[in-house]
Formats: sequence, C-alpha cells, structure tokens
Amino acid sequence: MCQVDEEYNGLLESRSLPGASKKCMKCKEGTAVLIIRAGDAFCRSCFKEYFIHKFRAMLGKNRVIFPGEKVLLAVSGGLASSSMLAQVQEGLSRDAHKKLRFVPGIVYVDEGGASGRSLEERQQAAAQLEHIFQATGFPYYIVPLEEIFTLPSSILEAVSAISDSSASSYKAAVDQFIQNGGEAVDHKGKAQDSSLADAVSQLQTHDRQPFIPPADQTQALARLFASVKTLTAKEDLLQTLRQHLILRVARLRGYSKVMLGESCTRLAIKLLSSISLGRGAALALDTGFADPRFGDVVMVRPMRDYSSKEIAFYNRLFSVPSVFTPGLDTKTSDKASIQRLTESFVTKLQTDFPSTVSTIYRTSEKLQSARSAQTNDADPPSKCLLCLCALDTAVEEASAFNATLQSERLSQGKKASGSGLPAPAPAPAPALGSGSGGQCCSSSSAGGSGEGGCGGGGGGGGGGGGGCCSTPRPPVNSDLKTLLCYSCRLTIKDMATVDTLPSYITAAAEWRKRRVEMRKEISEFLLGEDEDEEQPC
Amino acid sequence: MPVFCSSCDTKRAVLKRPKTGHSLCKECFFGAFEEEVHQTIVSARLFNRGETVGIGASGGKDSTVLAHVMKVLNERYDYGLSLLLLSVDEGITGYRDDSLETVKRNQQQYDLPLKIVSYEELYGWTMDAIVKQVGLKNNCTFCGVFRRQALDRGAMMLKVDKICTGHNADDVAETVLMNVLRGDIARLRRCTAISTASEGDGVIPRCKPLKYAYEKEIVLYAYFKKLDYFSTECIYSPNAYRGHARTFLKDLEAVRPSAIMDVIHSGENLSVREGVRMPTQGTCARCGYISSQALCKACVLLEGLNRGLPRLGIGKHHRLHGKILAEQPLTELEERKLRAVDF
Ligand SMILES: [Zn+2]
Ligand SMILES: [Zn+2]
Repeated sequence: MCQVDEEYNGLLESRSLPGASKKCMKCKEGTAVLIIRAGDAFCRSCFKEYFIHKFRAMLGKNRVIFPGEKVLLAVSGGLASSSMLAQVQEGLSRDAHKKLRFVPGIVYVDEGGASGRSLEERQQAAAQLEHIFQATGFPYYIVPLEEIFTLPSSILEAVSAISDSSASSYKAAVDQFIQNGGEAVDHKGKAQDSSLADAVSQLQTHDRQPFIPPADQTQALARLFASVKTLTAKEDLLQTLRQHLILRVARLRGYSKVMLGESCTRLAIKLLSSISLGRGAALALDTGFADPRFGDVVMVRPMRDYSSKEIAFYNRLFSVPSVFTPGLDTKTSDKASIQRLTESFVTKLQTDFPSTVSTIYRTSEKLQSARSAQTNDADPPSKCLLCLCALDTAVEEASAFNATLQSERLSQGKKASGSGLPAPAPAPAPALGSGSGGQCCSSSSAGGSGEGGCGGGGGGGGGGGGGCCSTPRPPVNSDLKTLLCYSCRLTIKDMATVDTLPSYITAAAEWRKRRVEMRKEISEFLLGEDEDEEQPC
Repeated sequence: MPVFCSSCDTKRAVLKRPKTGHSLCKECFFGAFEEEVHQTIVSARLFNRGETVGIGASGGKDSTVLAHVMKVLNERYDYGLSLLLLSVDEGITGYRDDSLETVKRNQQQYDLPLKIVSYEELYGWTMDAIVKQVGLKNNCTFCGVFRRQALDRGAMMLKVDKICTGHNADDVAETVLMNVLRGDIARLRRCTAISTASEGDGVIPRCKPLKYAYEKEIVLYAYFKKLDYFSTECIYSPNAYRGHARTFLKDLEAVRPSAIMDVIHSGENLSVREGVRMPTQGTCARCGYISSQALCKACVLLEGLNRGLPRLGIGKHHRLHGKILAEQPLTELEERKLRAVDF
C-alpha cells in the first residue's frame, strides 16, 4: 500500500467503487478474498503473487544483497519477521532463474530477562520458535539478551565498510556467482576468521542443549533495567542492546547482512517516535532500506513496503506460524512511553485518515543521514558510542541543543556545581537527574564558587562540555554523555546509575577517553591532514 | 518545608520550570526567561543596530509577551532597535474586536507605535464573509495565507526592516510534527529556521525570538508579570491536522518534558536526500509576492472567492493558473468541481 501516490487533494471525483461483483481486480476471475486499499480486491492466488513479488522487487530495486552472501534474518517471532522468514523460504524454493541467491541464517534474541519473565516462559517461547526454525533447515542462533554481559568492547568500535554496494560491484558479484556455477562465494574475499569465532564465542547456539542464561547475568539484566527510570528510556536502551547483540552474532558467524522485519506501519511509527526522541539526524539510518552504520555488517529492511494489515492477512491465509512474546510495553497504558504514545497516535490517526502511514513512510524515503560521508576512522570518533550514528551535538550556537544547556545553566545559578559535596567521594554516587547538562567541570571544582560551567557566556558549544577537565575520574554518566548523540544522552539521563551498564560499554567509553588524552599529549607532533577535525569529545 | 529557588538559593521558589523542572523564585524565573530570549537573539543574530522591527501583535499571550520582552531587552542591552506593533484585523466579529482592544492597550502600556491592517481594506473580504462562502472546513487556509501577506503589506507601509512573531517552541515542534504527518518535505526542512532571509521584493525577513521558549513558560511569565492579554482561541475551528499534531505534542510533553526541544532538535538536524525535488521560488505574476507557482496562494484564493469558486485555492489546480491570468472563463466541468464546499 505504501507505494501508492494518493493525490487526495486533487482528486475530487469519487472513486469508482468495485461494484457488487467482488471479483479479483487482477485476474478478473477469482473471487476476491480481501481488499488492500480502496478498490483493490484480490483473490487468494493473486494476493500471494502480489505479496511475493513485492519482496523480490524490494531486493531487486535496492541491489545490496549479493549472490551467495550470508544473510542473517532477525526474527522476533512477531507477525512481520515471521512473514519475512516465510518469504525467504519461498524465494529459495523457486526455480533456478527466479530463486533468491543468498545464504540465510536466523537469529532470535530472547529479551524476556529485560521484562522479568520467568525462565519457564522464556524457554517455552524459545522452544516454539526453535520448532519453526528447524522446519526451515536454516542455521539458527537463539541468544538470550543476557549475552550482552559477555560482549567485547570492540563491538562499539566503528568498522569501515568492506565492500561498497555500488551497481558495478553488484554486477561483478553476480557474474562471479554465475561463473562459479552458483556456488556461494565469500564476497568479503577472505575467509571468515573461524578460529576467532570458535575461541571467543560464548554465544549459545542451537546445539540442542536447553538454553539457560547464567542466573547472575539474569540478575544483572534485571538490575540494569530497574535502574532505568522511564519506560521510554528502557525501550530505547533495549533496542540499542539488541542491535549490538545481533551485530555480534553476525560478525562471529560471518554474516555481512542482517534482515530486519520492520513493516511500513512499524517504520512510520518509528519515524515519528524517532523525531520525538531527538533522533532527527539518524532518521535515514533508523528507517531507510539499508542501514550501514556498523560498516562491515549492513542492516536491511526488506519488509518496509508491506503494511501490517497486509502481513496479518498473508500470515493468516497461508498459515505462516508466529509466536507472540510479551515485551517491555505489553499491557502498559497508551501514555506509558513515547514509543507507546506514538504507536497509539499513528494507529488512531490511520483509522481516521487512511493515508497517514503511507504519507509518513514516504517522508522517510526523502531523508538521508546527516554527514553520511564515511568518517569511520576519525579519531576521536565522530560517532555516538551507543547507537553508532553520527554525533549531532556539534551544532550551531543558536540551536535547541544549546538552548537547553543554557536553560539548565540559568536555572541552577551559582550552586550548579557539586551541591556542596567536598571532594569526589571514592565511590561517587552519580548525581543523576541533577541535569548538569554538558558541563564537565561541575563536580571536580569542589564547591567551586563563581560561575559554574566551562566556557562562560557562549559556553558549551561544540561537542558539549568541550573536554576541559583532564583529571581522570571514574566514569560517571556526565563523562559518558559527552560520547553520546543527543538522543542517547536523553536515555542515559533517565538512568539512576550507569554502574549497571554492561562492561563493554563502560570499557569502550574508557578506551575512547584514553585515546583523547593520548591525542592531546602528542598533538603537537601530529601532522594534521584532517583539517575538519572535531574537538575532542 | 518551603522549597528554595535553585538559582539564588535565598528566596522561596514559586514555580517549577516546565522546561527544566527546576524550582525558581519569581525574579530568577524572569531573569532566566529574558536572558534566554536575549541569547537566542544574539546567537542567531536576529537584528542589527538601527533597524526598525515590527512585532506581529495579535493581542494573544505569545505576542504580548514578545512585545514586552523585546521592549525590556532593547533597553537593557541597548540593541538600538526602533520597535513598533503590527496588527492584522481579520474581520472576525467578537474575536478580533476584543483582541484588538488588548493590542491598543498594549500600545499605550509599552508606548510603542501601532499599525492595524485589515483583510477588508487589503482584499475586500472579511473572514466572516469568507466563512459564509467557504464554510468552516477550509477557512484556516484562507486566514493563514491572508494573514501572512497582510503582515508584509502592513510592514511595507511602515517601512519596517524586519518582522518578529510570537511563535514559541511548542508552535515550532508542532509544525515539525504536522509536516511529517502531511509528508510536506519542503516545509519540514524550512520550518525550524529561526528566521527567513529576505527573498526578493514584497517579502520582509521574519524571525521568532521565542523559538526556544515553552508555551507554558510564556503563560507563567505573563501571569507573574501581570501582562494584559486576550486568551480566547479563534472562534473558527482549527486545521484538523494541526489539531492532531498539537494533541500529540502535549501528550509527548507529559511523558517527557524535554520532548518539545527534542522534536525541534530533530527538525534542525534532518537532512533531505539530494535529488528530492523542491519547489523553486518565484514571484506571483499578479501581485509580485513570493510564490512557487504562477500565481501566489493569496491571489488564487481571492480569485476563487471572487468567482464564487472557493475550492480553487484548496488542493492543486496549478494548470488553471494560466486561465486565471488570462481572465478566461473556466469550463463547466472545472467549475462544477470547484463549487461544492462540503468534502
Ligand atoms: Zn485473481
Ligand atoms: Zn546515540
């Protein structure tokens, strides 16, 4: 439904109604079983053709999946991702010339630990999914969210893209695939580092052993989510952690693409909630077809042309199995979080204005990510530590970001710093929510009289906080904040403590800070070819 | 136990800032509010010394607070601006009459010159008369388009260099959301700009000094300053989509108070893909006002009113512009489509 261009303003004539015949509008013979949009009635078999064609067309149009490439399908058990799995199965079972030519695997992240579900419930859901996965014959990985506590900090290092997805390289890959007689080629050109995979992997895979996350990790996960004060931030954090975990599985197992099952409806909601969460700069990555933020592993969204209604129809008509697993926001009120609020808003508006979803969705097609130029190797990194999108905090002086810092500064007056605490305590209680903004000097200038804040009047411009404190301190969230984009800062701000974060995040933050220090020390010896270098964050 | 002001730490706090959640005393709130508007003006370089600035004054809270703060800051920081009030009389009985009274009182209180331009004198139509012809469904389109030009024309009569309007953070955020809902990528890109550059004849640069001020804080400011404003909403119903966007924004703010600024931040950092077609700006062949079509929106709307075809300006009928310019009659079919009002 999303590619239709409704000119609802200009069309004054009433649409010709499909009449009482209820014949399929495509073959004119079969009896229509459903109406997708006004006037388009399909019979069962034409609907199937239409649905399958759309999947192939989406992949064909974008040409980013190479023949023989290993593609990891992220399946949550929900309607859309289950439907995606069914489409891939369908595509692989076709005749040679119509066959999809990539090599699929499946990953399922069990998030039950974040929403406090019992081990029994979780295992039950996992078993149901395992049953579905086994039937496909694809390799699959069932990973509990607890695995975030075993991630290495390298997951947060930006990696350069290995191959570009230009038309010419796509064509070359197709040619090579055909020459090899249809054998899968490792398009990365070098063998996957299998020794690394074996040695480092603690990932629970499907080796027929009952999957049980260690109890201490389940507790740590519960503590982590308990320390997040708002459902909005919980949902955002969960999404970030899930992405890191999927990325880890993809890298360990040699997958260079990940397919996400987000539908057009889901993406319209995501676009609007991303805007509401301050993620405007990252919209194109968050909602586009291909999301190259991780460099070597590209996330793609092949279901983005289907409405959730179409998917539900298809799954029901063709008995596509799915498994409902309750999430963080199940059984919460409409206004429990920004994500929930946006979902109910879009859903309601869609019933009054049936073009709502497709209109919002089309907006997503017209956006691009800010500074999409590959600055992967920039040091210090110009990407957010958590979501790995370009930092959007080095903005003009007249901006919402700086106006907010200004408001916080002006509302705190002179007692901004330290709240009377003498020296930084040995185990500093992170004074969160005190809204110390981007000011980094506050807690170190013990009871500092005079103006708080570093830069005086114009203050706080650039990467927020400008890095004026060089005394090493344990990582408290104000330090972490400077490494984050606008939106991820909001999420961290809603945490009572950052001590509960998995160690790969704090370790990566430390590492980045050390790099900044190092760079400062040797700065006079560096021959800067990078003129557009950003301020140390 | 009394709560003390988080800024001065000596006086008792009387309010909790909607924007930051801090508890402040009255003086510190005034100070912070005014200082923030000052910072906005300075950092975005909204004005130059010696300019004549028209303040769009409707008698509502935003423009009343804007007029007050502009007057205060112009004196406190010696901007060297000459300020005046500029009002539009849309000709809405019972609504505009009362609000214009408020503007007239403001003029005396702030000792600023006032100019009122009316739809009737500019276009020959009052809003009351327009509503009679077009009904309540699309009247906001007419009013919005006509007001924009009316302010410009009034400003030109008074030889004003710049116009500032009372748009606040909520308005800007709401517009971002509305343009996403309408899929209007061109407006989405423009709507967070704090000022419009002068774009040729007949258009005077505009700016929004209250762009980062929360609506609730504007009300708090007016309340504690005991400012005189007129608080009734326009009696004609608001645009449906804007209404939805507004409700949504209020709900967002209730969930996370920073959401208003967060939406603006998003809007400020969106980037539109290259190759997405943007309308090119030209000027109206009839009145010379800025327009992306042969005729500007106001002239098309006016033509529709005068021909008794109110739908002419609503929706897209660009191909009819040639006929209008040549003063040719429309075909019967074209007329039939444009006549009915109820859709
Ligand atoms: Zn059929
Ligand atoms: Zn981020």
